[in-house]
Amino acid sequence: MASSEADVLDRLGSGLRALGAWIDDRFPMTKLIKEHATEYYASKNFNVWYGFGILATFVLVLQLVTGIFLTMNYKPAAADAFASVEYIMRDVNWGWLIRYLHSTGASAFFIVVYLHMFRGLLYGSYKKPRELVWIIGMFIYLCLMAEGFFGYLLPWGNMSYWGAQVIVSLFGSIPVVGNGLSEWIRGDFFISDITLNRFFAFHVIAVPLMLVMLVVVHIMALHEVGSNNPDGIEIKEHKGPDGKPIDGVAFHPYHTSKDLVIIIVFLIAFAAVVFFAPDMGGYFLEHANFEPANQLQTPPEIAPVWYFTPFYAMLRAVPNKLAGVVLMGTAVLLPFFLPWLDRCRVKSIRYRGTVYKVALMVFAVSFIGLGYCGLQKPTEMVYLFCRIFTILYFAFFVLMPFYSRHEKTKPVPTRVTP
Amino acid sequence: MAPLVKGCSVAESTGFTRRHFLTVATLVTGGAGVVGTAVPFVSSFNPSARAQALGGPVQFDISKLERGALAKVEWRGRPIYIVHRTEEMLASLGKDEALLRDPTSKESAQPSYATNEHRSLRPEFLVLEGVCTHLGCAPLPRFEVAPADLGPNWPGGFFCPCHGSRFDLAGRVFQGVPAPLNLPVPAYRFVNDNTLLIGSDTGNS
Repeated sequence: MASSEADVLDRLGSGLRALGAWIDDRFPMTKLIKEHATEYYASKNFNVWYGFGILATFVLVLQLVTGIFLTMNYKPAAADAFASVEYIMRDVNWGWLIRYLHSTGASAFFIVVYLHMFRGLLYGSYKKPRELVWIIGMFIYLCLMAEGFFGYLLPWGNMSYWGAQVIVSLFGSIPVVGNGLSEWIRGDFFISDITLNRFFAFHVIAVPLMLVMLVVVHIMALHEVGSNNPDGIEIKEHKGPDGKPIDGVAFHPYHTSKDLVIIIVFLIAFAAVVFFAPDMGGYFLEHANFEPANQLQTPPEIAPVWYFTPFYAMLRAVPNKLAGVVLMGTAVLLPFFLPWLDRCRVKSIRYRGTVYKVALMVFAVSFIGLGYCGLQKPTEMVYLFCRIFTILYFAFFVLMPFYSRHEKTKPVPTRVTP
Repeated sequence: MAPLVKGCSVAESTGFTRRHFLTVATLVTGGAGVVGTAVPFVSSFNPSARAQALGGPVQFDISKLERGALAKVEWRGRPIYIVHRTEEMLASLGKDEALLRDPTSKESAQPSYATNEHRSLRPEFLVLEGVCTHLGCAPLPRFEVAPADLGPNWPGGFFCPCHGSRFDLAGRVFQGVPAPLNLPVPAYRFVNDNTLLIGSDTGNS
């Protein structure tokens, strides 16, 4: 009995191996698995900051899956959109859960990506040889902002409508071509059914396609140069007799099993929001969006969703429209140049000088401060803080070539520390 | 040495070979094709024939609009504000000019027949696009003089709830607010004593 079972398993195993060999002769399956998982060596001293990349990938998949299911019941037309979202919430089996997963997922995506980017700032992950990894990542961030913006119009609530109105009219401030450009983006003289329809196309096809391709390119570039680590040193420089980095462990199974724990912890927090506070007190789903779009009635306060408020606060800080738009655009683009603005050779914050530690903390505080100010009612006090934080945000980048050049760094170890 | 085009002296002197020529010619032809093909796609983004047709003029009966009242009409998805101004409202326009950014509407958008002190065809009827020149929100009518939240200098006018821009009773913008220009005046005309047509101004001087 036992021997015949073993026999069956044996034959099944050899059958699978034969299938694998058949595929490998035609497609580099085993080669890809080795290159990107079982023989991709990443440093053994990763801390929790290194979990946000995998979390971002996880949330991307979550958004794609929930998004596909939402499109099955959503109608991208001005007359039907608001009602179809209500229909999803009330009548579609588990529709409320699918929508809340998607709306909470949007905010979670930005939380995870902001922390992932901050990890890069902490450990110098944007520095040579990872400049392209950083730049591709910045493109992913731009795509994500576009995706968030297009998606926010789709429920066709009043805040959706007026948020889109404000953002599209930003283009109108460009001299000469501005008005024609906003008309071209809207496809109408105002945000209308036509605009909604094309934003839907962008949100469900164009941008996700780009996003997925960029993520693949991001990971390919990363695996070409190898992952950074909290010590900011290259593990490839110390290889054992087998040619593998001594301080590295294989991504699978070692890092994947650790990442699984991180995903579970994330899901606990995520589920808590989805089930107990899906609107997060008006921050994840704004209350003005619970009434349908009304083109003759602006909501009493227009505030974008929290993940755009740092840049929105900069726009408000400037009393000149064009200057505000230019400032906001510059603020989004500045991080692209980080690999060349930073003149310090030491990567990790562990061994960098006090000046960078202070600068990074000031930057973090001003970014969060801007985000907070962008959510507040416009008063003189708020404007004052917006201006202070905007100056600090820009100073972090613009002054970086000067303060990072002669930094008093600590000696960097040659091997990773525990 | 790459083979040169026989009998072509230009090719011999510059080293510009037949292969170079074909490469450049192919790229230029292909590039022109790509640009040409892009035209319909880019153009399909512009307002369609239906959108343009729906953007035609709209009528409004002003005989029912009381003095001091505001009516909102929709034109091209924009709120159009029609205010039947009182004598006091018109009188306030002359007093606040020092506080305005563009008191004579030099920079702002309005038809020539509304480029005057009251910014309208008939002084008592103000017609404005209710679209803030900052970022396109709809300013709120706040016609009461000097309310607590707008301060003692408030002469009555429009207040934008989005970013706090302020306009007077002719839609002229105050200094020190984010909006750069006065509220725009759409094209309009009076078909007869009681009928206002928004979106068309043929026949106005």
